[in-house]
Amino acid sequence: MSKKVVVETTINGEATEFLCEPRQSLLEVLRDELELTGSKEGCLTGDCGACTVIINGRPTCSCLVLGVEAQGKKIDTIEGLARPEGLHVLQRKFLEHAALQCGICTPGFLMSAKALLDRNPSPTEAEIRYALAGNLCRCTGYDKIVRAVIDAANTLSGARAA
Amino acid sequence: MAAHGDKARALCGGTDLIIQMRAGVRRPEYVVDLKNIAALRQISFSMQHGLRLGAAVPAIEIHENADMRRYYPGLTEAAHLIGSLQIQSRASVGGNLCNGSPAADTIPALIAVAAKARVIGPQGERLVPVEEFCTAPGRTVLQPDEILIEFQIPTPAPHSSDAYQRFIPRNEMDIAVVGVGAAITLDPADDRCVAARIALGAVGPTPIFAREAAAALVGKRLDEASIDNAARAATAASSPIDDMRGTAEFRRHVVGVLTRRVVKLAAERARVAQSR
Ligand SMILES: Cc1cc2nc3c(=O)[nH]c(=O)nc-3n(C[C@@H](O)[C@@H](O)[C@H](O)COP(=O)(O)OP(=O)(O)OC[C@H]3O[C@@H](n4cnc5c(N)ncnc54)[C@H](O)[C@@H]3O)c2cc1C
Ligand code: FES
Ligand code: FES
Repeated sequence: MSKKVVVETTINGEATEFLCEPRQSLLEVLRDELELTGSKEGCLTGDCGACTVIINGRPTCSCLVLGVEAQGKKIDTIEGLARPEGLHVLQRKFLEHAALQCGICTPGFLMSAKALLDRNPSPTEAEIRYALAGNLCRCTGYDKIVRAVIDAANTLSGARAA
Repeated sequence: MAAHGDKARALCGGTDLIIQMRAGVRRPEYVVDLKNIAALRQISFSMQHGLRLGAAVPAIEIHENADMRRYYPGLTEAAHLIGSLQIQSRASVGGNLCNGSPAADTIPALIAVAAKARVIGPQGERLVPVEEFCTAPGRTVLQPDEILIEFQIPTPAPHSSDAYQRFIPRNEMDIAVVGVGAAITLDPADDRCVAARIALGAVGPTPIFAREAAAALVGKRLDEASIDNAARAATAASSPIDDMRGTAEFRRHVVGVLTRRVVKLAAERARVAQSR
């Protein structure tokens, strides 16, 4: 076994240091070393998006990133989405629209949607569907998820206009 | 890489390599992350020198680059077809080529725009035309101690453009059953084709540079007759197999259909590409 490596990174805005084996994925590090178990393990092949986190502003499958690659990066996970004052508007809208059933896909969808809205605050429905194409859901049939994201985008832009 | 030879493997976006390591298909003892080397991360374009596209630039940055969209729309759309946004945040064109899949979307598009791969190793540097890069499924001309630095791509001639399309069973997130890339240069005086390059993906053990298909267009107006000849030549150049994604016969048919479409699309783009 190779020696463990010290990695310094920023997770959800906090400077974080962890030890990992060079072959561990970022998903394993988040879940097993850092106890951030919100990012889910689905396929481990980049297909399902359940493990999606945002790295330097880009949605990324953490199952296809090595833990050591987190060095010097800014990583946002689902655990950082809600604020002390309450849920993120995307989370609220997912609840209102019943955009989840079993919930295993939800953290990944929320992070993909957040990455989209951070870059493009008023996306078209087509842009939303494109941005969510890397996330699979076996329960909801997607439509409720898309409605929830549209509603969240409208709420956010309404809040900005007000 | 030089010290560890074939025990070492380059890493860029990891969208192939990490999956292959997890599946035990590749078992490198050392993984060398190349994507923090500046030369591998740049996109620089000038009318004098053409394009230098770093091997590790992720697909999403290609799509976001205005020069790429304007001067190499076909290559840009090929990169933008790779997987989902999560995959495009990581997947590089260099990795797409070095992985050596016959179905890789960017390879026919690279061949169409006459890209050369700049390779460097302990023995020095060499420039390999992309059509000579892949040797068999999963195999390339790269030696274990060599890495791909960048692609060098000529400035498109006036009145030229490129296009890439693929056929997949679903709308997104699938491997090409057939992919076709084309670059077309027109003579604005009489709309004749003065130069063409056509390449095919997923219909042979490596991507195929279909010289005969392009030759069927050069000197001709791009009408149904000449485009049909090109489509027939492309079909003849392909050597597809039957697999779960489609029969050989179906693939040959799709090669013809897509060749017609990309030639027309590249020509339309070439007609409006004048003013540069
Ligand atoms: C869910 C999913 C969907 C996908 N969809 C598509 C698709 O639609 N179309 C498509 O074409 N591909 C698709 N792919 C594959 C695509 O993501 C990869 O081929 C990608 O382009 C490889 O780039 P990378 O930077 O991730 O390479 P890596 O995985 O880092 O490397 C790939 C291989 O190339 C070698 N390598 C990489 N860079 C260099 C270099 N500079 N010098 C020497 N060797 C190098 C590595 O050692 C490795 O063997 C998909 C992948 C996933 C996971
Ligand atoms: S677990 Fe990473 S994409 Fe499915
Ligand atoms: S809610 Fe069950 S997979 Fe999406």
